[in-house]
Amino acid sequence: MVTLVMPRLISFEGTGRRAASVTERNIATLRSAYWVVMISGFLEPVLYLLSIGVGVGALIGDITLPGGEVVGYAEFVAPAMLAASAMTGALSETTFNFFGKMKFVRLYEGILATPVRPIEIALGELAWAMVRGVIYSAAFVVIMTLMGLTTWARAVVMLPATFLVGLAFGALGMAVSTIIRSWQDFDLIAGGQFALFLFSGTFVPPTAYPDVLRWLIEVTPLYRSVDLVRALSTGTLGWLQLVDVLYLLALLAAGLTIAGRRMAKQLCK
Amino acid sequence: MDPTNHPATGSTGTTLHPAEGSLIHARGLIKRFGDFTAVDGIDVDVRRGEAFGFLGPNGAGKSSTMRMIGCVSPPTAGVLEILGLDPRRDGPRIRAKLGVCPQLDNLDLELTVRENLTTYARFFGIARKEARRRADELIEFVQLTERADSKVEPLSGGMRRRLTIARALVNQPEIVLLDEPTTGLDPQARHLVWERLFRLKQQGVTLVLTTHYMDEAEQLCDRLVVMDGGRIVAEGSPRTLIERYSTREVVELRFDTAGQEAYADKLAGIGERLEVLPDRILLYVADGDAATAEVQRRSLSPAGVLVRRSGLEDVFLHLTGRTLVD
Repeated sequence: MVTLVMPRLISFEGTGRRAASVTERNIATLRSAYWVVMISGFLEPVLYLLSIGVGVGALIGDITLPGGEVVGYAEFVAPAMLAASAMTGALSETTFNFFGKMKFVRLYEGILATPVRPIEIALGELAWAMVRGVIYSAAFVVIMTLMGLTTWARAVVMLPATFLVGLAFGALGMAVSTIIRSWQDFDLIAGGQFALFLFSGTFVPPTAYPDVLRWLIEVTPLYRSVDLVRALSTGTLGWLQLVDVLYLLALLAAGLTIAGRRMAKQLCK
Repeated sequence: MDPTNHPATGSTGTTLHPAEGSLIHARGLIKRFGDFTAVDGIDVDVRRGEAFGFLGPNGAGKSSTMRMIGCVSPPTAGVLEILGLDPRRDGPRIRAKLGVCPQLDNLDLELTVRENLTTYARFFGIARKEARRRADELIEFVQLTERADSKVEPLSGGMRRRLTIARALVNQPEIVLLDEPTTGLDPQARHLVWERLFRLKQQGVTLVLTTHYMDEAEQLCDRLVVMDGGRIVAEGSPRTLIERYSTREVVELRFDTAGQEAYADKLAGIGERLEVLPDRILLYVADGDAATAEVQRRSLSPAGVLVRRSGLEDVFLHLTGRTLVD
């Protein structure tokens, strides 16, 4: 009855169901070849963890966290790889693939002729990106725990955190995809993503940089993600992680809003 | 489906038009893209169960009109009501009752024929089992049974078009919008599409289509409007339009000599109207045989004489001109 009284303009009735139908479409496209893509995406952070975390870590020794706790280098790097893989998983689906579906195969034009709305496509695609991201994260968390880099209890709490990281980056990726014009622009995205991966407190604590750079690093989304996941992984949770969570939630909301609006503007001319 | 979503029972304050029986009601409908006016104030009423056509050359505003009716393009100004609802506010509810066959196929190339239909049904909230049932039924309806599990990629243009039509029917729509349904198809494929559309019409589905094929409009449309430059320049049934804007018959005369113009003066006075084309002269007349006799009486001996019934093409070219529009 409420929906009959409420103005239709702000109705979200059926939004969840319609977004789920978009996710379902992606699941229907799953073919054997996709698992190859999945495996390569999963292997990447594991290889970094082994080569740099364990390998280079043997030369570096221990690291002191901002709170004063001392951890091994692999323990320091592992949660950062987890956060970075959540980012990569989400971005791979919401940038390249999303852009192609929107601009080239005109998939969304067909979907928008049904009751599904632009924001619901965005939500459905984001959910789909999360399916992939969660599989990456879960596998990586298991490896971390087996290597003794965190505990099972912490691993369980880290999963929802990586989920939030994935959501925020997925929404950001979609927003960026609605703004860029051509495939060439993806080189810029890839470059930016790699810079984030190298400098967001992943391999080196931001305190090692000059103040200006440190400030710059600390406002990047991957740094906030690494900070959150690392605090959970090493058991050094504080108030600062609340900032991380709020930051990522804000990014999620802003990304989705921009993506939904720009999709409507471009597809519903 | 949620019964509260039915247009007849939804209490959103929008007016229904049961008296006129208008499924689509437009008054002074305008669509602008920046400085360009694609649709320049049109009035349209489409009644339940009829096949309604938008005719016009490229750029006449047909597709823009169809996109507004399909609730994927907001009108710039004017009144537009579809199934008694306002597309600006009730887009999803209206689209739930529409079937759309766009000008360019946008089938899902990653899915099979059957999956294209079942997946599309899910966008309308149709249960999986029912979606499969409808998919099988529609695959049969558009004669794609042998290709049901094939990907879309290798299908011919005609097959893709039929699949697009099947997809537009998966939600059992009250109105089916077809934007140039047979453009680019070979004659066999066109006739199959026409035949299927005719069957739909017999089942009481309201069809709204755009075309620039006159034979298509004459075959399918009960009523049509001719659009040119974003405006409606004529409206009526194919028969009444021919009666109003053309003559009953047309005589086509071909003269051997290079300049057909030279004969224009000599033919003056025969029939209502005369048109000189580079290769022939058209006489618009009530009685073709009488006109031919008059041509011979004036001792003119054309190399070729063709007397034919006037068609929508004559109306169309008369109203929108012969100039090429791109």
